Amino acid sequence: MTVHPFVILFASIFTSNMILSNFLGMCSFIAVSKEIRTSLGLGQAVIFVTTGTTIINFLVYHYILMPLGLEYLRFIVFIITIAAFVQLVEMIVERYMPTLYYSLGIFLPLITVNCAILGVSLFMVIRSYSFIQSVVFGFGSGLGWALAIVAMAGIRQRLKNSPIPKGLQGPGITLIITGLMALAFIGFSGIVKIQ
Amino acid sequence: MLNIIITIAVISGIATILAIILSLADVYIADYGEKKIIINKDKELVVDGGNSLLSSLISNDIFIPSACGGKGSCGYCKCTINSGGGPVLATELSYLTEDDIANNVRLSCQVKVKEDMDITIPEELFNVKQYKAVVEIAKDLTPKIKYLRLRITDGQQISFKAGQYIQLLAPPYPGNQEEVYRAYSVASSTKNNNFVDLIIGYVEGGILTTYVHKHLSQGDEVSFNGPYGDFYLDEESDREMVMVAVGTGMAPIRSILYEMLDKGINRKATYFFGARCKEDLFMLEEMEMLQNNLLDFMYIPSLSRPLETDNWEGDVGRVTDAIAEYLSEGENKEAYLCGSAPMIESTIKALKAKGIPEDRIYYDKFD
Repeated sequence: MTVHPFVILFASIFTSNMILSNFLGMCSFIAVSKEIRTSLGLGQAVIFVTTGTTIINFLVYHYILMPLGLEYLRFIVFIITIAAFVQLVEMIVERYMPTLYYSLGIFLPLITVNCAILGVSLFMVIRSYSFIQSVVFGFGSGLGWALAIVAMAGIRQRLKNSPIPKGLQGPGITLIITGLMALAFIGFSGIVKIQ
Repeated sequence: MLNIIITIAVISGIATILAIILSLADVYIADYGEKKIIINKDKELVVDGGNSLLSSLISNDIFIPSACGGKGSCGYCKCTINSGGGPVLATELSYLTEDDIANNVRLSCQVKVKEDMDITIPEELFNVKQYKAVVEIAKDLTPKIKYLRLRITDGQQISFKAGQYIQLLAPPYPGNQEEVYRAYSVASSTKNNNFVDLIIGYVEGGILTTYVHKHLSQGDEVSFNGPYGDFYLDEESDREMVMVAVGTGMAPIRSILYEMLDKGINRKATYFFGARCKEDLFMLEEMEMLQNNLLDFMYIPSLSRPLETDNWEGDVGRVTDAIAEYLSEGENKEAYLCGSAPMIESTIKALKAKGIPEDRIYYDKFD
């Protein structure tokens, strides 16, 4: 079954959102969603890295691993390429975009272990996407992740002035809100389906 | 079989290509060129940009204290960066107070030299040097406390103030993979420029204490840097002195006592020393010698839990009890304390109760 790339783009942003329906990439989602500005920066970085790594991983998978019958190596190979790609992005950002680097700080290397990024590459393989489909899926998933974290940061900035019980402050209330957002996103689920 | 070889070749091939790309990026992208660091508006250094300020300074023989080796986990390597440091990083925040941030104080191990910098460091850090030494004496003072004499072998001489500390390096040894520096007070007299004495206790699992107690023996080579610290004898003052130490806190106090002996300082001094039982007392003959040779010096050991077999006739209790019992009231005194954080806090309370103002209570607190 071939799904139209536009459907994949829409679905990966809304109905199959990496955070809100797959619960991938939660650690940085919770840690860096305190301010809109920072989360926007991290969101941009994730969009860039998901798109970039999906392209590289597609090429590596289809032109190196598949012909040699080494599909079972995909986990380790994907992790290596993601790590190297993130390292490269970090160097470039540190050198040429210092303001962005300072606002992301230590969180940039966190992208290496952002499971959403490995998830995108693995879903691409499981769902047998073509090259165009993969690129769109990678971009859309990153965009969906960024959308979710920016929305969360917006909510959390408002939370600062709310009377939250002490035991729930920080990650506790964030997880509950994530659940509520996920419930709200279920509203999109009838529109399109990609899995 | 072929499958295994192909697998290995593919993985290594991919890793190699990525490693080459990253190395090229490191050479061409992360190249910040030469940057100038101006220190205290006076000294000027030219360094290769891109490294941390701490390592750039160390490679120019300026040693800022650092116990963790630049991992951002000790918070010692603070210095003032007047310009060129960029904004404060998230990794520094937990070690900087609000005052620090307002005064541009930063952790030098986290700040990278990416542009020309203007920094201020304490003038005495220029006196800090790296020394090579050999263990001349290593002996057990108590079952848990070791005495080391490190004789400097690289031809340099160390000059320090009585009470200051040095940082000793533990190289990698079985069970420890990294180089670690830890701070120890110098226990010897300042007139000895060729060696330093250290008094080092054993801490279960401590990287440096394990190194000293289990791996280091006479004749071994070590390296250390120093001196550091703002805990030292105030030579201008002629007030009565109160010294308080427990365990290895003996080290800086011993240095101060020898300083008094060597320079003929005849101030009245009382030294309260705390230990658990008789076995934990050490350097008793030296204390007796100092009592005989200093004009007005009293050494008062007290044991918190003497054993029955100790036949202890001296004082029982903590140093604070001895202070309450023996120290006369009156504010014209100054105090030198060395020991653990709880001991320092309770001692400060006991001394304030005797009327000594807090700004004349100097201390060196173990972490």
